[in-house]
Amino acid sequence: MKKLHYSELWCSSPRYWGGLAGLTFIILLGMAAAYHMEHSGHWVTGMSNQVVWGLPHVFAIFLIVAASGALNVASIGSVFGGPLYKPLGRFSGLLAIGLLAGGLVVLLLDLGRPERLIVAMTHYNFKSIFAWNIILYTGFFTIVGIYLWAMIDRKAQKFYQPTGFAAFFWRLALTTGTGSIFGFLVAREAYDAAIMAPMFIIMSFSYGLAFFIITLMSAYWWASRELGSHRLEKLKNLLGVFVGAVLYFSLVYHLTNLYVTQHHGVERFILLDGGLYTVMFWLGQVTIGGIIPLFMLYSPAFSENRFAIAIASIMVLIGGFIQIYVIVIGGQAYPMNLFPGKEILSSSFYDGAVAAYTPSLAEGVLGLAGIAIAMTLVAVGARMLKVLPETLEDPKEGTA
Amino acid sequence: MTGKNEPNDMKRREFIGRTVLAAGAASVAPGILLTVANAKSEGEGASSDIRWGMLIDSNKCVDNCTACVDACERENGINLLQRPEGQGDEMWNAQRPQWIRKVKLRDRQTDEVTNLPMMCQHCEFPPCVDVCPTGASFKRADGIVMVDRHICIGCRYCMMACPYKARSFIHKNVEKQTVRSPRGKGCVESCNLCVHRIDAGATTTACQDACEKDGHKAILFGDLKDPESQLSKALKEKSSRQIRADLELNTGVRYTSL
Repeated sequence: MKKLHYSELWCSSPRYWGGLAGLTFIILLGMAAAYHMEHSGHWVTGMSNQVVWGLPHVFAIFLIVAASGALNVASIGSVFGGPLYKPLGRFSGLLAIGLLAGGLVVLLLDLGRPERLIVAMTHYNFKSIFAWNIILYTGFFTIVGIYLWAMIDRKAQKFYQPTGFAAFFWRLALTTGTGSIFGFLVAREAYDAAIMAPMFIIMSFSYGLAFFIITLMSAYWWASRELGSHRLEKLKNLLGVFVGAVLYFSLVYHLTNLYVTQHHGVERFILLDGGLYTVMFWLGQVTIGGIIPLFMLYSPAFSENRFAIAIASIMVLIGGFIQIYVIVIGGQAYPMNLFPGKEILSSSFYDGAVAAYTPSLAEGVLGLAGIAIAMTLVAVGARMLKVLPETLEDPKEGTA
Repeated sequence: MTGKNEPNDMKRREFIGRTVLAAGAASVAPGILLTVANAKSEGEGASSDIRWGMLIDSNKCVDNCTACVDACERENGINLLQRPEGQGDEMWNAQRPQWIRKVKLRDRQTDEVTNLPMMCQHCEFPPCVDVCPTGASFKRADGIVMVDRHICIGCRYCMMACPYKARSFIHKNVEKQTVRSPRGKGCVESCNLCVHRIDAGATTTACQDACEKDGHKAILFGDLKDPESQLSKALKEKSSRQIRADLELNTGVRYTSL
């Protein structure tokens, strides 16, 4: 196999700086939105005491879940010894760090008291999965940072295998933790399911890889470097497997819920008569995020078509975002059943009623800023560090 | 040593002994005295010999009566909160804190109508305390579940976890508030069984007083651990139930005729 050369992303100035300026502008808008929400208080958002986690949480969870999945490409290279994936490991690590940082910024800025971050760092309730997640997130940055260093610096090569394994197991723990945020909520019928944790892991595989494919293609297009079709085809096929697995897990989740009479109400709400949430589930999560990309990824008609791969990846991301929206917002909108067998005639606090939620512009802008932060970190990181091979042309037959 | 010296020596030893004893007492006593004094003051910690709880008789709870809700809002300064300019009723009701609320139910089988107040149920095993990352949501030794608003970061995970929708988030700046019940934008709060009154020696909550004043007597507050308390006696007399007993949270608030 030809020796690999990595080099910093170095492309014609207007394209790079223009892109960066665009991202910075979105970030600034996001910061202004966060200031507006914190200064006025959350009453300017669509959130309330009924729907307590809104659009920013959807963005944050989406990015955090995708972050751990983006690391998979590196893990396949070092843990499972896939030679075609190994050259992509560094970029995969960088993308994982970027996505997690973007997600955490959104999560932090949506807190009621973001200035009390230090309290979250110094007061731990170890029974809380949230507290564990704070440790899992900081640990992820550290481990992936060392892993990245071990991949880049020849002198640190001895750490490559151990940190590769550590990062792999850590990312599994991280997504288990994120999924468990919902799995542990016994009171709400849409959650309270142990399958949430493994489902979030498989979702992370899918979203992370979709993010990876899109950023990799953009970076190579940006830098006018060569990206081999064979390698892209491997990534594309793997994405197809993950997309199918997400659909399968969703099916099992809903089937198990349908078996439990107590959960028929919430299932009916999501699958049949939940209005927007039902449309989002069938059209967004299942069709746009599942069936169409599966067709595009596996149909022979599109097998060599890069545009189709990019579109399919984007659709996986859109569908994934909608899936998290349905889980987070839909799960809260459906009323908790405090009085089984009773009909609620009146309540000043919307007991028994489907909660209304219309996200405000500021929430959306803050969420988009999270994605922009992730992309900026990746763009700046790729320009400063040698994470991208100079060429990713296909290896000659029989060499890889 | 001579026999003559011996008594003198004894005196010396006695003197040293007594001096040490006196010095010791002088240095330790204030501490003990202060502790004893403190034990009687307001700074005393909650005692686990007590478990505060409530019994609500939904038969006595009257339709369209909001005495308990109004009293709670006055007692805890909730009525001082201003509605954001231009905000509609729908959103204001969804966002303003409601520590206690009236709910009206109809049985799907028998059509029987029930009225009851809903509030924090003060669980023995509160999910809000389990999920709070910083420990701001906590349970006192005497069973009162409340929020330490100094370390609440406003993540709202407790609100996601509470099976009773008992918690409220403060969505906007607080212009006016009472000393009894301080609050701040961005923190979560809920019914604390009028903890400021209980700690000052009172034996009733604002909602109970209001209900009694209106002649309904639907709310009874007291010590669940004291077999002689009115509450314990009432619980023994009538059959009562917990809301969402299936979760086995062992709530401190119980309901009869539900």
